[in-house]
Amino acid sequence: MKTQRTIGFLAIASVAVASFIGLFVVPADEYQGEIQRLLYIHVPTAWLAMLSFLVVFLMSLLYLVQRKLKWDVLAVSAVEIGVLSTALTLIVGSLYARPTWGIWWTWDPRLTTTALLLIIYIGYLIVRSMTEDPEQRARWAAVIGVIGFIQVPIVYLSVFWWRSLHQPPSSPRSMAAGFGLVLLLNLIAYTIAFTYLVMRRYKLGQAELALELAGPEEEK
Amino acid sequence: MNSLMRQTKAIFWKDIITETRTRQGFSAMVSFAALVLFLFSFAVGPDTDLLTQLAGGLLWVTIVFTGTLSLGRAYQSEELAGGVQLLRLYPGDARAIYLGKLAGNLVILTTLELVLFPATAIIFHVDLLPHVTSLITVAALGTIGFSVIGTFFATLTVHLRARELLLPLLLFPALVPVVLGSVGATDAFLSGDPLGRAAGWLQLLIAYDVILFVVCVWIFPVVLEE
Repeated sequence: MKTQRTIGFLAIASVAVASFIGLFVVPADEYQGEIQRLLYIHVPTAWLAMLSFLVVFLMSLLYLVQRKLKWDVLAVSAVEIGVLSTALTLIVGSLYARPTWGIWWTWDPRLTTTALLLIIYIGYLIVRSMTEDPEQRARWAAVIGVIGFIQVPIVYLSVFWWRSLHQPPSSPRSMAAGFGLVLLLNLIAYTIAFTYLVMRRYKLGQAELALELAGPEEEK
Repeated sequence: MNSLMRQTKAIFWKDIITETRTRQGFSAMVSFAALVLFLFSFAVGPDTDLLTQLAGGLLWVTIVFTGTLSLGRAYQSEELAGGVQLLRLYPGDARAIYLGKLAGNLVILTTLELVLFPATAIIFHVDLLPHVTSLITVAALGTIGFSVIGTFFATLTVHLRARELLLPLLLFPALVPVVLGSVGATDAFLSGDPLGRAAGWLQLLIAYDVILFVVCVWIFPVVLEE
């Protein structure tokens, strides 16, 4: 309990400090202007998306091997935060792309794969919500968690090939060293926040599971 | 013949016999596929050159749509008789159910394509004959990829409410490499493959088919556990 609270405070403080530095301390980008500050949200959320789906993959494998429901609870905690991060990545990315690239959307392999990831894990959550039995739900979810993750690199590669046949891929300029440090700070802050959110969601998930296993009469 | 093969064959024949006894399902599938091709033409407009250019993509999207509907049918007979769990009650390897259903889906889809490819050639003015062998290779790899993933997710979703919606939701993202590879290779072959791109797409298809097949066979028994 105490560790959790400490991590919670740490998460709030680090996100606040990192955002403050990103918004007010670092100068605006010479070419892109103020809009470049979106990068300090965009890159960390994209990183969280990848991190959470990696966690889901590992937890799903662990569940399939050990069959302990706690791995399933941990997996779904990571999926929910992963879906949120992926959606944020796409939204913030679009807002960022419009003024810099002049478009909301492009068929960049990273963009396309991210959008497909969002759909895969929304599917994961819907399948869960439609399955009553906790064991069965955990099994099916684990299966999607494993297969969904295996698809990702190949989906990325195939979109990359497909696009390279149409037009050369456009990518944002790489960054100067000073900006990189602020970005790293934001990445660390968001990762702490991620850890805290997963911990809280895991606790909630375990409570829900306990209630579910206790039977319907206590649920009312 | 080892027992897994024998069990697979039993499941496969059961499905084929049920399918050939009614045949309405297949006729409906072919008509549906033809309608999808027409709808695409209506959406694109009567520009013959444009349609010829798009033929590969339209053909494969039609195969994916029709194939997805057909996957749901693969479990319909079991569903009516008491569900897939009944199949599971028979002593034997759970993987035989997957492999048997997979083989059944492959045959049904291949039969559909035997109609669909010539139909596309006729209505979109595409000359298939000079590229027959290469196109058969693409069709085989694309169909295997579709069936490997499709059979798997069809089993996963068969007991869910709203499975008609959930099957495509899970299936289509997984099909992206199959669709891109099949369309890429088909288009390359139809244009005479001037840039030598078909080989890369075929390699992608082979790699994805093999990886997904291994993973699906390995993980399938988990899906059917009770």
